[in-house]
Amino acid sequence: MDAAKKNQSAEKIKKPVKTGRVILTTVLSIISIIYVSPIFIVLMNSFKRKTDISAEPFSLPNSESWVELENYVRGMVSGNYPFYKSVLISLFITVASVFVILLFTSMTAWYLMRVNSVICKIIYYFCIFSMIVPFQMVMFTLSKTANDLGLNTPWGIVIVYLGFGAGLAIFMFTGFVKSIPLEIEESASIDGAGSIRTFFSVVLPIMKPTFISVGILETMWVWNDYLLPYLVLDQNLYKTIPIHIQYLQGSYGQTDIGAIMALIVFSIIPIIIFYFACQKHIIKGIVAGAVKG
Amino acid sequence: MRRMIKRRYFLIFVLPTLAAFAIGFIYPFFQGIYLSFCDFVITSNAEFVGLDNYVTALQDPSFLNAFWFTIMFVVVSVILINVLAFAIAYVLTLGIRGSNIFRTVFFMPNLIGGIVLGYIWQLIFDGILKNYGTSIVLNETFGFWGLVILMCWQQAGYMMIIYIAGFQAIPGDLYEAARIDGATKPQILTKITIPMMAPSITICTFLTLTNSFKLFDQNLALTGGQPIEVIGGQMVYKTQMLALNIYQTFYQNNNFRGVGQAKAVIFFVVVAVIALAQLYFTRKREVQQ
Repeated sequence: MDAAKKNQSAEKIKKPVKTGRVILTTVLSIISIIYVSPIFIVLMNSFKRKTDISAEPFSLPNSESWVELENYVRGMVSGNYPFYKSVLISLFITVASVFVILLFTSMTAWYLMRVNSVICKIIYYFCIFSMIVPFQMVMFTLSKTANDLGLNTPWGIVIVYLGFGAGLAIFMFTGFVKSIPLEIEESASIDGAGSIRTFFSVVLPIMKPTFISVGILETMWVWNDYLLPYLVLDQNLYKTIPIHIQYLQGSYGQTDIGAIMALIVFSIIPIIIFYFACQKHIIKGIVAGAVKG
Repeated sequence: MRRMIKRRYFLIFVLPTLAAFAIGFIYPFFQGIYLSFCDFVITSNAEFVGLDNYVTALQDPSFLNAFWFTIMFVVVSVILINVLAFAIAYVLTLGIRGSNIFRTVFFMPNLIGGIVLGYIWQLIFDGILKNYGTSIVLNETFGFWGLVILMCWQQAGYMMIIYIAGFQAIPGDLYEAARIDGATKPQILTKITIPMMAPSITICTFLTLTNSFKLFDQNLALTGGQPIEVIGGQMVYKTQMLALNIYQTFYQNNNFRGVGQAKAVIFFVVVAVIALAQLYFTRKREVQQ
């Protein structure tokens, strides 16, 4: 609301230049078209015959090259590891990991801030520290540890994600807990609520905006993550969408480019639905993450 | 205040996260530092060799090549992404019709994962380059600029969102006062808008800096580090960045895992220095305000 007002005043200054605006809109429209064209090219090619994709990647499908949904069908069900399995595993890992991260790190963040003992401080600073460590640093040892502990399944990897993703989540949650006035929790405990009840019925509802922000940042990370699941999961049994696409592309000589185009389209669709469903929250989440991170 | 949470609730509130954190970060991190001083194939037969791995890593031509390639890539992409994102954000806050649609379009590529992005662009670049009888994996220069274009396409939208939030947070009365004082448009831009945007610029610069520095998926999918050149009897992947170089050192040949871990520690130190610099600049700015 406030931002809108400010926008208006910014607008007033620029008002006299009408033709300038028309030019700007035109330029932006052209850039936008260029911007979406890669996605459009993939979509277009996903309906073409394999040989036509590599020969003429920029031409529209014609009566000869048009293959209807053949690429999609072949991509989804063919091979000894059909793609739909990867979609299900990706969905499971993302939903489960984000849920577990949100639940446990919010509880931890609240405890760390409110108890604030020496141990709490040490844990907190370790979490902050973990945010700056690149994945390659722990890549080998982490996948080795996960393997030794039998965490190389879609259930097990949830624990790995909780561990490696805890830093950012705890950082953002503690930042928010600091801003919650103590009186609210005090009155709850005077009313006889225990710690667990205080958290779930008083603190958790207040934290809702941060939940959404953290949830979105973690969802974007887990859904698109390639290397961590590739190294941790048992590759013969479980693949995620990025792993599957990399695997198909890497099979030299017999790469089925038609199927890959179809699968790329297929992997983008859920993201676009997710984006349109919660565009506002995504934008808020990014701004919150940027200001704090 | 402490009475509200009894300490025994540590078991419920902190222990699950802490246990996972120990498995997912603390233990692998310290073991990683230890192993960087060891010669090993599997962790149980690690043998202490002191600084040997670091010496080998710093003499490895492929690592040095990856280092320079990464630095060049980071400099070019940080500048391009931020200029692009700043310009788009500026234009989109002028109140042009359809701003929301443009914003949606520019942000969209950001949600697509690095592997998928890499293959989308490989199709496009190779589609263009095959007319000239070459390919993105055959030419180092094309590989570099291909990666830069891909990175701009992906990251500009994200930074644009942060810049838009920055523009919207500039109080309108500043502009009004400037207008009353008769400031020209370029003056308003350089004397009000850019100084007021300094926090957003710092954040976005560091975000793009770390993102570009740690880039892996896009690098792997677009060129895989190709073309390859043999320098001093060793294969050097000309378009390989640091993260991919470390990965290949680990998994292409079992005998250099110690060196791979040493490279990873060097990589970590560089990233940590960048992060600390960010903290320093952010703090400094907060003091000034």
